[in-house]
Order: sequence, then C-alpha cells, then structure tokens
Amino acid sequence: MTKLLHHLGLYFIMMKKVISKPKNWSVFRKQLSLEMEKVGLNSVSLVIILSFFVGAVVSIQTSINMSNPLLPSYLVGLASRDSLILEFSPTMISLILAGKVGSSIASELGSMRVTEQIDALEIMGINSASFLILPKVIAAVFFFPFLIIISMGVGMVGAWVGGLSTNITTADFMYGLKYEFTPFYISYAIIKTIFFAFIISTVSAYFGYHTKGGAIAVGKASTTAVVSSSILILLFNYILTDIILS
Amino acid sequence: MIEIQNIEKHFGNNHVLKNVSFLFERGKTNLIIGESGSGKTTLIKVLIGLHKIDSGTVLFDGVDFNAIKTKKQRLLRQEIGMLFQGGALYDYMSVEENIMFPLNMFTKKTDVEKLERVNFCLKRVKLEGKNRLMPSELSGGMTKRVAIARAIVMQPKYLLCDEPNSGLDPKTAIIIDNLIQEITKEYNITTIVNTHDMNSVMEIGENITFINKGEIWWKGNKDELLNSNNKELNDFVFASELFKRLKKV
Ligand SMILES: Nc1ncnc2c1ncn2[C@@H]1O[C@H](COP(=O)(O)OP(=O)(O)OP(=O)(O)O)[C@@H](O)[C@H]1O
Ligand SMILES: [Mg+2]
Repeated sequence: MTKLLHHLGLYFIMMKKVISKPKNWSVFRKQLSLEMEKVGLNSVSLVIILSFFVGAVVSIQTSINMSNPLLPSYLVGLASRDSLILEFSPTMISLILAGKVGSSIASELGSMRVTEQIDALEIMGINSASFLILPKVIAAVFFFPFLIIISMGVGMVGAWVGGLSTNITTADFMYGLKYEFTPFYISYAIIKTIFFAFIISTVSAYFGYHTKGGAIAVGKASTTAVVSSSILILLFNYILTDIILS
Repeated sequence: MIEIQNIEKHFGNNHVLKNVSFLFERGKTNLIIGESGSGKTTLIKVLIGLHKIDSGTVLFDGVDFNAIKTKKQRLLRQEIGMLFQGGALYDYMSVEENIMFPLNMFTKKTDVEKLERVNFCLKRVKLEGKNRLMPSELSGGMTKRVAIARAIVMQPKYLLCDEPNSGLDPKTAIIIDNLIQEITKEYNITTIVNTHDMNSVMEIGENITFINKGEIWWKGNKDELLNSNNKELNDFVFASELFKRLKKV
C-alpha cells in the first residue's frame, strides 16, 4: 500500500514536470512527428489484421449461436457492430497497444536512463521529462482514436466476410449494422480510448523514466509498465462504462 | 570557479559524502581522485543537482546553485558541459545531430552557423568528417571525443568530466587528457575531472583532491602528491608495481 502511494506520488511529480510549455517549438515539432510515427503509424497494420479477424470470428460465433429460426438474421450485424464499437475496438485494442507501445516507451526511456542520456539532457538545462514524455503522450492521445476508428471499420468488414461464410446475406448484415444505431456509442468509445491512451503513455513513461540499475532493470521496467497499464485499463474501463453508459 | 562547502550526501543508510569542501579553480584542470566507490561520480552529480544534497553549499562563481529557482538552475546548466562516464550520446542521433542538439535547443543560429560550429568542435577533437556516423558505430575513444565535442559546443564556463579515459588504452587516454587540458586553458574553463588513472594525474594534475570513503583526505598538486606521507594516499597512488618502483627512484 505504501509502495502504491509512493508510486502515485512520484507519478504526479513527474506529470507536473511533463506538462510544461516546450522550450523550442521547432525541436518539439520534430520530436512529435517522430513519436506519431513510432506510437501511431507503426501500429496501423497490427490493428488492421487483428480487427479483421476478430470481427470475422465474432460474427461467425454470433450466427452459430443464433441457430434458432425465430431470431432474425440481421442480429448478426447488430451484435457484431455493438461488440466491436463498445468493447473490442476501444478496450481490447488498447490492451494490445499497451503491450506494443507501452513496452517500447518504457524500454526506450529506461535505456536512456541507465546510459545517463536523461542526465545528459538535464545537465544541458532541458526539462527531460517534458522533452521526452510530452510528445509521446500527445502522439498517443491524438493517434489512438484514429486507430480505434480504423479498427471499428475493419472489424465490421471482417464481420461481414465472416457473416457471408455462415450464409448471412449482405442485405441482412447491412440492415443489422444500421439497425437502431446509436452514434453516441462511437463518442463513448473514443472517450474511453483517449483515457486509455493517456494511461498507456504516461504509466509506461513513468516506469521507464524511473528505471534504476542496468539492462536487466530496463527489461523489468517494460514488463511492469505493460502489466500496470493493462490493469489500469481494465479498471478504468469498468469505471468509465459505469459512469458513461448507466 | 566552483566552491563546495560542507557537502553531506546519503543514499539510504549509505553515507556517501562526508563534510566535503573544496575549491575548484578557474582555468585549471581540477582532479578528483579516489578508488572505485569512493564517491567521485556522486560528488560530480551532486554539484549540478542530478542528486540532491542533504546539506552544504555549492557555489558557481558565487551563485548558490541550490538556493535559486529551477528555471535559473536550467539557465546555469546551459553554461555547464558534462562528459559522462559512458559518453551518454543520444543513440538515435548521428554524431552531428548529437553535437548540434544544444545549439538547436538554445540558440538562434542559422543552419550554416550551427554546422560551422559543429565542424569546428569535431575538428577540435580530431574527428573531422565523422558527422554522419551513429553512436553505435563509434569506438570507445571516439565516443568520448564526440561527447567532449558536445560538451564544449556551447562554450561552457564549467566542464565536468566523469572518468574521461576509463576503458581506453593509455595512449588514447593521454590524448583525451591533453585535449581536456588544452580546452580548459584555451577557454579559461573551470574543469573538474574524476579519475582513478594515475597516468592522468601525472599528465594534467594541477589541483588535486583525494577522496577516500566519502571524505576528503588530501589536497595538493602532482609534485606534492609524489612526496606525500599520507598513508591512504600512498596506498592509492602507489598501488601498482610500476609506481612503487618510481617512488623508490
Ligand atoms: N543512485 C544511487 N543510489 C544509491 N546508491 C548509490 C547511487 N549512486 C551511487 N551510490 C553509492 O554511492 C557510493 C559511491 O558511488 P560513486 O558512483 O560515487 O563511486 P565512484 O567513486 O564514482 O566509483 P567508480 O570509480 O567505480 O565510478 C557507492 O557505495 C554506491 O553504491
Ligand atoms: Mg564513477
């Protein structure tokens, strides 16, 4: 418990340092575009592949489980849509990104710490926390919602393909897809995603930035970063769902 | 000139620096010598606030580093160049980008001016033309030299070097030592060098302090060092057979 409070305290101290105006905008813009690429663009293909296949599997399973002829077949489109938008895209994809992006943030900062590169920034009179972490947080918060929207789109294509293989017609699927569609669900998913992006980038940065020791410590920091941000995502998923949807 | 007064530093229960006071003079290569674990790196990091001190005063030409605001501290740090034990080059930047980085951050120089300055510094450390290499492509000695170039690119008033020649062969080590010495004289810098290498001491030791188990044990220059009767100092200095023989002569 005291350890948790200790981490929390250090986390907020770090965040206070992170949130400060960049000293030099042209250097900052360069850092930011680099991070956009590392944090966002490099994950696009992973997100596409995952979403397509999960979408397909979701629709196949729904249609198999609904063999009762009384249930209308457009339900497959509807169920796939809601499960993709409400849970799979924002939460599952965020968990996967916690693994991919979180570990890379933590190990990058961790190795900069143990090779004294962070000290070297500090000694030049640079706020290292802000210089290194702020662009990552902004890149994640800005880019993750796009990844999630891509995931929803591709997931539905997957669901449609999966549906075809279980004899759901395109017309039925499309009808289900549009049936009683609540646009608010998309906003809800994006709000969640923004929270998750913030959690992943700052929590992983926290563990990387505070690495102590050598190469082994860097590995440990990146594992801790992934585990902690995943747990926090699940926790906040519960809290946010409760607050927003009920 | 950097003056430290009554510095105390603990890491948990480990009392690393005990009532340390010293005057590092301007235009001189001030050496801190001592065995591994005696607190040399800690002393340098404490000077510039990379580690917080428990008590004591650090004065940069009369300015109390720990009494001024973070913003002012950052400004002061821009006047400090530091050479880290492992070089600490930014590994995603090329040699040129590494050296240019402080210029990009803090100056309004044009690209041409910046490149000129970088090339000047590279030439100063005898690495002209190596602009495009990445840190992973450098040898140990080259890494240190690039780090020196980066440390001096902003024309610092203070230069701190943590074991500038650890892990280098004696010949390269002497080249680095002399380079630091020359730069110090040329720009009238207050330079502090941590070392446990007796060759360096003989090469550039003008103002030496011997630190043992976190305490200052002895101060003087290299001639005084050779004639000292301080037992711990002699044990450290004349640890090797070579130096024992030299002492006899
Ligand atoms: N960040 C730290 N946290 C805890 N203890 C530390 C830390 N840095 C150094 N120490 C301890 O402080 C003491 C002095 O270490 P320091 O690195 O200053 O020695 P040194 O004289 O530079 O040694 P070397 O010549 O091997 O580099 C050691 O006992 C070390 O364990
Ligand atoms: Mg050391």
